[in-house]
Amino acid sequence: MKTDIASIEKESPKNEQSAIEDVVLNEYKYGFVTDIESDSAPKGLNEDIVRFISSKKNEPEWMLEWRLKAYRHWLKMEEPKWANISYPPIDYQDVIYYSAPKQKITPGSLDEIDPELRKTFEKLGISLDEQKRLTGVAVDAVIDSVSIGTSFKTQLAELGIIFCSMSEAIQEHPELVRKHLSSVVPITDNYFSALNAAVFSDGSFCYIPKGVRCPMELSTYFRINAENTGQFERTLIVAEEGSYVSYLEGCTAPMRDENQLHAAVVELIAMDNAEIKYSTVQNWYPGDKEGRGGIYNFVTKRGICKGDNSKISWTQVETGSSITWKYPSVILKGDNSVGEFYSVAVTNNHQQADTGTKMQHLGKNTKSRIVSKGISAGVSNNSYRGLVHVGKNAANARNFSQCDSLLLGDKCGAHTFPYIEVKNNTAIVEHEATTSKIGEDQIFYCNQRGIDTETAVALIVNGFAKEVMNQLPMEFAVEAQKLLAISLEGSVG
Amino acid sequence: MTNVEYLNKGLDQLNVADNSLAPARKNAITSFSKMGIPGAKHEEWRYTRIGNLFNKDYQFPAKKEGFSKTDLDGIRLPGHEEANELVFVNGIYASEFSVIRSKELVVQSLEEAAGNENKEIVALHFGHSSSLLKDGINALNTAFVHGGIFLNIKKGTVLSQPVYIYTITDARRESVLSQPRSLIYIGENAQAELVETYVTIGKADSFTNQVMEVAIEKDAKVGYYKIQNDRQQANLVSTTHFRQLGKSYLHTVTISLNGGIVRNNLNVVLEADHCEAHLYGLYFMGGDSHIDNHTIVDNVMPNCFSNELYKGVMTGKAAGVFNGKIFVRKDAQKTNAYQSNKNILLSADASVNTKPQLEIFADDVKCSHGCTVGQLDEDALFYLQSRGVPAPIAQSLLVRAFATDILEHITPKAIHDYVEQLISLKLEYDLP
Repeated sequence: MKTDIASIEKESPKNEQSAIEDVVLNEYKYGFVTDIESDSAPKGLNEDIVRFISSKKNEPEWMLEWRLKAYRHWLKMEEPKWANISYPPIDYQDVIYYSAPKQKITPGSLDEIDPELRKTFEKLGISLDEQKRLTGVAVDAVIDSVSIGTSFKTQLAELGIIFCSMSEAIQEHPELVRKHLSSVVPITDNYFSALNAAVFSDGSFCYIPKGVRCPMELSTYFRINAENTGQFERTLIVAEEGSYVSYLEGCTAPMRDENQLHAAVVELIAMDNAEIKYSTVQNWYPGDKEGRGGIYNFVTKRGICKGDNSKISWTQVETGSSITWKYPSVILKGDNSVGEFYSVAVTNNHQQADTGTKMQHLGKNTKSRIVSKGISAGVSNNSYRGLVHVGKNAANARNFSQCDSLLLGDKCGAHTFPYIEVKNNTAIVEHEATTSKIGEDQIFYCNQRGIDTETAVALIVNGFAKEVMNQLPMEFAVEAQKLLAISLEGSVG
Repeated sequence: MTNVEYLNKGLDQLNVADNSLAPARKNAITSFSKMGIPGAKHEEWRYTRIGNLFNKDYQFPAKKEGFSKTDLDGIRLPGHEEANELVFVNGIYASEFSVIRSKELVVQSLEEAAGNENKEIVALHFGHSSSLLKDGINALNTAFVHGGIFLNIKKGTVLSQPVYIYTITDARRESVLSQPRSLIYIGENAQAELVETYVTIGKADSFTNQVMEVAIEKDAKVGYYKIQNDRQQANLVSTTHFRQLGKSYLHTVTISLNGGIVRNNLNVVLEADHCEAHLYGLYFMGGDSHIDNHTIVDNVMPNCFSNELYKGVMTGKAAGVFNGKIFVRKDAQKTNAYQSNKNILLSADASVNTKPQLEIFADDVKCSHGCTVGQLDEDALFYLQSRGVPAPIAQSLLVRAFATDILEHITPKAIHDYVEQLISLKLEYDLP
């Protein structure tokens, strides 16, 4: 008997080790290239490119001016170096800033869409009509910067909800776009948001009128397609007084050898009593196991609770990208407003993630909650960086933050950089963080009950991330779990 | 003006003697001219601005003349009759005022130690703090090192009397910039208790940039207590850097009750298996004081344990900063490291910035940190008041209870009682 136990004990770490090796060997499943002709701008960035993009989108004069202003400001800025990530310098002149799939006719129905594109979506398992029929999700699919299909639009229009691509919004609702665009993330905000403002090609625009509760989850799939194309998305969501919207965003990208640059900007505006729920599953190509290739993901996401009693909630599952630089934030300006941030970040191989949030408490009785779960494997580095700021007038502000890290393997790193700034003596702010690995006793317990090591690790990691997964809308939770599985397959179900 | 240019000029004229201090000093001279005074862009100095402190006319280099024994008598800490007393005046060690009661205690000037049989110890440990503190302030002290001491507590020595270290600034005639420096070596199996305090006399401004480096050998046991209750014109950057070179035990308590801009850098480098370190701190500040506690626990080797608890009470317009770093290096498996920071804001103009930071490169570890910012418990206040305790007394009772968690870790009884008394006075006069 004794020898048996000893042999099991000997075996299990080995199993764990090989399971982790499996993870390392696991290739990116969504790496394929769709063969569609694209209509690209030449490589490089200058004022002419900005003008080219603007004219390509048939934009009004004020948009061009806005872009040029951003571009000129960007020239004066320096790339931020403070994040806990390292990468070779990016040659901004070696990037194609615009590429649109060639498709001249605007599709009236999904059937008119290029069959090649449809196949891409089918491979991804998000066939538009399937989604439409079965789940009731309106999908605005974006391939390489141009929105190619928007479903359920008519149904939404009846309620007065505007859900369309950004370029369409600029054409059809210029007054709304002009009023809100860059009101949350100014073009001068940071290096990447300025770059985005100068060259963004498309994105989503969503407007929920007063008192309307959006009846379905809105979602957009982004997917980088042409080689060497930067993806610069711009999303703007405005929720008027008393409205509610849940927005889903998911990303997968095909395999590449050269690093691709992604610099998106997302702005959310919630007026009195409005609520916005923004969920992301991000699975850009993370690079191969040697750390070659992969997406550089520099994203600026910020929401403002402008009105009283408003609420903004960010949920993210980050499994992809070789570099993630992303801090979805909430400015709690209205009294009694609420900000939430739920995040699971998985890094494997040579991935590096520096992600977290900023909660700016400005109004009275504002509340925020941060739950961040980091899982690192391989030789990756996973950092949580967050700021909780309580301003002088933010009476009775309340914050609770929790960030936990799980380490799989002894070559990866987990880091936490929480900043807490309190300038009001009625505020209550709490922060806690833990770092640990999966205990041998936990694995042993499962083994005893006939669960093999691989499944046991999966079980434990799923439990670890559950608090965040629970926040995702139903349809998304399934996909998120699948993505988590793919990123850590072998060791983590 | 004692600005950066002035200091750089001073550095150019420095004559670095050829002893075992030289390599670290030369390094420091280059790094100071490269880095200068840290500004707000320097991540470690984000919340503590010291640039303005360098735009004053200071007596520099500082001199110790003019200070008398009568001055010292008004400053001495309780229990001094039973203690070794080391006195720094304006950054220069004053042997004439110092009292060495323990025969085993070796006190030499740094320059002397750098040339005699201790030169290898000096070469190994002098300037080691610069490996963790990459800023001009640390380099400035090392570059201009003068009048520092080397303390040797030899192998097997158990000091029955604590060592009191007075860092005195005599600002009665003019503003002073002083830079005390000490290196303490605690040999194998030795035991010592160190108590440090900072006193400024006179009305002029002062800026003290102190560095103390302590090397602890295996099986040694060290208690270190830092008491800061200086005037509001007294600015201080106090760096204490511990290296635990063998399996050893370290216990530190930092108490800050008053001062201008006070910055404490406390580093503990765990360089051997099975080291244990406890870090406690209490900052209870009012007025315009600014208190900044930066701690680093650097786990280099496996199986170490560290526990850190810092508590803050801010009143008036005081600003508190806490930054606690825990590094767990690649080889430091089986590390247990805990950290907690709790703050209470008692007035509308007080503020706290806290940043507990974990950087972990090993997987088999247990690390946690927590921090809170809040107020006194309303229920507890109500409970006391409903039993006839007036609100102000209830408040001070609760603050005292909050502080007790830290105070109980001050082992020398005389010092413990002294700090308790200082806090009672503060509660009486400082609470709103």
